[in-house]
Amino acid sequence: MPVYVENRQIVVPGDPIADKNRFTVEGKVYERNGKYYSKVLGVVFVDRDSRKVNVVTLKGKYIPKPGDVVIGKVVEVGLTNWIVDINSPYPAVLPLTEVYSKPTSIARNELSKILDVGDIIAAKIISFDYARDPLITIKESRLGKVKKGLLVEVSPSKIPRVIGRKGSMISMIKEMLNVDLLVGQNGRIVIIGDDKDRVELAALVIKKIEREAHTSGLTDRVKEFITVKLSQIGGGD
Amino acid sequence: MKGNIKLIDENGKRVDGRYPNEMRRLRIEAGVLKNADGSALVELGNNKILVAVYGPHEAIPKYVAEPDRAVIRCRYSMAPFSVDERKSPNPSRREIELSMVIRQALEPAVFLNEYPRTMIDVFIEVLEADGGTRTASITAAAVALADAGIAMRDLVSAIAIGKVDGRLVVDLNGIEDQYGEGDMPIAMMPQLNYVTLFQADGVFTPQEIEEAFRMVSDPIKKVYREQKKALKKKYEEVVEEVEKNE
Repeated sequence: MPVYVENRQIVVPGDPIADKNRFTVEGKVYERNGKYYSKVLGVVFVDRDSRKVNVVTLKGKYIPKPGDVVIGKVVEVGLTNWIVDINSPYPAVLPLTEVYSKPTSIARNELSKILDVGDIIAAKIISFDYARDPLITIKESRLGKVKKGLLVEVSPSKIPRVIGRKGSMISMIKEMLNVDLLVGQNGRIVIIGDDKDRVELAALVIKKIEREAHTSGLTDRVKEFITVKLSQIGGGD
Repeated sequence: MKGNIKLIDENGKRVDGRYPNEMRRLRIEAGVLKNADGSALVELGNNKILVAVYGPHEAIPKYVAEPDRAVIRCRYSMAPFSVDERKSPNPSRREIELSMVIRQALEPAVFLNEYPRTMIDVFIEVLEADGGTRTASITAAAVALADAGIAMRDLVSAIAIGKVDGRLVVDLNGIEDQYGEGDMPIAMMPQLNYVTLFQADGVFTPQEIEEAFRMVSDPIKKVYREQKKALKKKYEEVVEEVEKNE
């Protein structure tokens, strides 16, 4: 038997997943003596048609990846940069050159006028190689200081589920609840909307997705959940 | 006092009514603490041990960080009320040593290279102690590490083999530990079949050590099954709940 697990099975570190060469094994696995074993507490996705097995972790910290959009919190204002907490073991560095494109000379006390400790920002990771702390930028559209919204934190490994296949889940929440979502790959989500009830409902929905991320048929269940809850809050809607 | 107390009766039963190859009741629960990244509560007989894992996070203080791997900081601590007579809350010589021993038993199982320059905190709190806290602590810490989503080669399961009244027995309790002839805690990575901790206190012949390793495989497997069950429980409950509603 080349595969030792079923689709959507929960695995723990050390569980055998599949033999080498018969299947393409991806995700959080390691190889030993021609066999793949799980590295983490996770869930396995087995696709017998395309002969692919993927082990996805259920928990864990965010490891920065270049190109990811993250939601960060400014924790320190330096001389020419800001230190930003991005919910990861590695604090991110936002240099002044990634805030202004033109060469500028700004005194230290001026820096905190642009971004101060406690500010929430949406940023993109430029580079990260473990040897140095990740560099981030806010020089793109949609990036920068987040002025209003509700910040929700989920496990970073559940973010793909919140987004859904080709963004299906996220666009459904946006449409049904008429809110805007800013999703960071580091597990932080900002919900922006005018109606307080709907923003709170969106937070509930995200928490539900996090809890049930490893189950199947989630999109349909979330749709039903939103419909039921909406009828409860929006009497005059 | 030693040697005068009968620890195995004429029916071959031990002080708490167990047979020599029988371990105490084991209960493991994962994810008991909300603030911690990973946590576990282990009850082995009367032992009650709570483990919280934080991390990987930024290494504090910075100079302890290793450029190529994570460092594990482990603290084993006994609550003042965990034993009959109040234990001073200050870390004792024994606690400091056990912290190190437990860390060394866990390190081979963790992929430390995956998290360079970081630190993983393992806090072990013994709420009630009755012999075999170090093995129960290792069992609990392995579950808490996995529960935190940290990459590991395998879980670590541990149990002690002891010698009382000249016989080898599994999983010593407090009385047997105190009046028995020897205690031999063993921790293993059950899937890989590696030993990560092996200590012996007392006098054992080479034959007895070989016999101990034969005896330990069954209880280790049992501990491992319980660990796996505890880790999966939370997630499988959600699956069941969802399927029931449909």
